[in-house]
Amino acid sequence: MLDLHGYGWTILEGARLTLASALLSVVLAVLIGIAVALLRLSHSRIASGAALTYTTVIRGIPDLVLMLLIFFGGQILVNKLVAWVDPWIEAQGGAPIGYLDINPFIAGVLTLAVIYGAYMAETFRGAILAVPHGQLESARAFGMTPFQVFRRVLFPQAVRHALPGITNNWLVLLKSTALLSVIGLEDMVRKAQFAVGATRLPFTFYLFVAVLFLLFTTASLLVLRTLEARAQRPYR
Amino acid sequence: MDFSVVLESWQFYALGLWNTVWMVAVSLLVGLVLAIPVGIMRASRNPLINAPAWLYTYCFTGTPLLIQLFLIYYGLGQFSAVRASPFWFLLREAWFCALLTFVLNTAAYTAEILRGAIQTMPRGEIEAARACGMSPGLMMRRIILPSAFRRALPAYGNEIVFMLHGSSIVSIVTVLDLTGAARLVQSRYYAPFEAFITAGACYLALTWLITLAMRRLERSWFAHLRPRTG
Repeated sequence: MLDLHGYGWTILEGARLTLASALLSVVLAVLIGIAVALLRLSHSRIASGAALTYTTVIRGIPDLVLMLLIFFGGQILVNKLVAWVDPWIEAQGGAPIGYLDINPFIAGVLTLAVIYGAYMAETFRGAILAVPHGQLESARAFGMTPFQVFRRVLFPQAVRHALPGITNNWLVLLKSTALLSVIGLEDMVRKAQFAVGATRLPFTFYLFVAVLFLLFTTASLLVLRTLEARAQRPYR
Repeated sequence: MDFSVVLESWQFYALGLWNTVWMVAVSLLVGLVLAIPVGIMRASRNPLINAPAWLYTYCFTGTPLLIQLFLIYYGLGQFSAVRASPFWFLLREAWFCALLTFVLNTAAYTAEILRGAIQTMPRGEIEAARACGMSPGLMMRRIILPSAFRRALPAYGNEIVFMLHGSSIVSIVTVLDLTGAARLVQSRYYAPFEAFITAGACYLALTWLITLAMRRLERSWFAHLRPRTG
């Protein structure tokens, strides 16, 4: 087996952060995706145009570039905001905030959510369109409010069509978290880099991380395929 | 925002654009050549042929591109046998390792796309080919592959865009691609918005060009399926 020179546990701790950031961002991405898909399909020209612009621009730019833009750009924006409110805080007799460092976890999760929200929006758009229109019309004819139509009729049927796409997006998102090490998140990739710096054994540690990723993707596939099969059951 | 720092560094962006374009083009081309036999193996029902191809695509599609690059660029140097080999002068170069990683990665994804396209081949066409007395090899070359390529085209268009976007990670191992140029400008002038928005706009333009080209290709490859008018 792999000899990890005592770094196994720190990397596993990093793996926890990898999973936490991936899970949190996928939840946010699904919410963004549903909202943007509904905007995209709405009758308002402006809303649907804005949604189309968002999904097209985000899906045309690499994750890494967006991540660096949001991380470094966000740093500047946040500190401009701080410089703006600090005099007011001081005038109130409070302690000024000074310089703020952006937390890579928050920046990373938000970036991943914004990026994969665009992919989720495409998935949900297709899924919503796959629900027969008559279903929505009859729901409305029953006197349901738009929210009731969404919750009771549209969403339960759309999610079945969305699941394969969600699975796919989740797998890509999970692998994208490796890039968060670039903006300083101490995920398992970053922890492995520390271990490599100390031991000079890059192959060993990156192989260990690769195996962990493979385990995560395999486990996700098993779970999500089961869910997909279950969602298909009433329709066979 | 002040884009003059970008204009001053236009040479970096030009070089970066060139490096991005040629690395992606070469990776896609070599990857496609490699993907054809692997895809055929993956479509085989013989487990001895299928399993090794499955293991390869499973490992390469199940792990991040960045880790694959780290394993090849940093990892291989761990073995003295590699350092002593005649290929070491190439394997120590970041651009070569990146190219090798991209080829292996895109070949794995493309092979899976091809497998899907081969497996959805209409039974009747295969039966007809067999009835004409074609050998399996001839049938693969004349009937199955041309039809599978056509069906794989939309998914392959996505793969091209993914490869373009994935290539941005070479900037992490010091190759000056589009993202690398932006990172250079960012570190010199501390101008993240200008630097990364410029790079992002270039990627967006490239993505748009690829989409446009694929749509044209699809229109001509599927021309026989379009409804006839007039």
